[in-house]
Amino acid sequence: MKQLPKEYYELLEQLQMVDFALVDLTLYLDTHPNDYQAIQQFNQLAQQRKQLKKQYETTYGPLQQYGNSYSNYPWNWDDTPWPWQV
Amino acid sequence: MWIYEKKLQYPVRVSTCNPKLAKYLIEQYGGADGELAAALRYLNQRYTIPDKVVGLLTDIGTEEFAHLEMIATMVYKLTKDATPDQLKEAGLDTHYVNHDNALFYHNAGGVPFTAAYIQAKGDPIADLYEDIAAEEKARATYQWIINMSDDPDLNDGLRFLREREIIHAQRFREAVELLKEERDRKKVF
Amino acid sequence: MFTTRKQYEPYVSPFDPCVPIRVKTYVTPPNLYIPFQPTNLPQFPLHEALRKGTLWKVFYDPYYGPYEAKKGDGA
Repeated sequence: MKQLPKEYYELLEQLQMVDFALVDLTLYLDTHPNDYQAIQQFNQLAQQRKQLKKQYETTYGPLQQYGNSYSNYPWNWDDTPWPWQV
Repeated sequence: MWIYEKKLQYPVRVSTCNPKLAKYLIEQYGGADGELAAALRYLNQRYTIPDKVVGLLTDIGTEEFAHLEMIATMVYKLTKDATPDQLKEAGLDTHYVNHDNALFYHNAGGVPFTAAYIQAKGDPIADLYEDIAAEEKARATYQWIINMSDDPDLNDGLRFLREREIIHAQRFREAVELLKEERDRKKVF
Repeated sequence: MFTTRKQYEPYVSPFDPCVPIRVKTYVTPPNLYIPFQPTNLPQFPLHEALRKGTLWKVFYDPYYGPYEAKKGDGA
């Protein structure tokens, strides 16, 4: 049975960290659509997020499917573990 | 449409195999003020509310599904591999005979989820006030669960969820302010 | 000093069989005090924001239970 290395949890938390800021900023911007600085921060984090997603998926497989991530051969979207299992 | 992301919003941990805590947590899974009710409530209101708050309802409703998955993960981890005896001891014997270890959308008292938990008045202010109340009730529920729990890792995740209720309540209150159209007026003067 | 924990003393009758709780506490979370969030409020660094559940410091108001040894600012 394969086990995830320590690095997995670290990288996952990196991603969760950036994504959390993006979620919180999204809700903020929904009620503050004219906050230029917040939008700049949002776009910066969105870019950082793109990098992290790439890094994560290279090692641990696709985060999304329906074509939002590339697939290895064989199809690795349904590889374990699922989020509640880790 | 919605796209699933294969990760939790927050790193969920629990310290011990403790089905009793799972029994309490189910309140936030299939209860009146739980995450499922919240997600369905906000997403359903989007169709009959002024355009300027549709984005907020969409985004908070979507985040609620991430919270639902966190609660499910907590329940899953607290009961994974628990024996029928352990479930019995936790008062989950009646759950077990019907569902084995499966999660079910009901509250801590075993009452099945119902659409009656979700109000939809069609009046923007009435609906947003309902949302604010829902967030405060969910915040309170998290407090009561934290009061019952001696699992520090579980409480860490519950604290995160409770804090999110505070943020959501804040944004819904701001949505009411936006609908009052007083903020734009101040800028004009 | 400002606190989001408020207290009151309920009436205690000599005929109340449970041991009386003389001081009751309830929470008035920070969102009640900020009608509309101003721009440029101080933020937590990202790793802390995730752990705390909010990007903005002003909304952080953690709750601890009676079984937790931590700060104990819960009810």
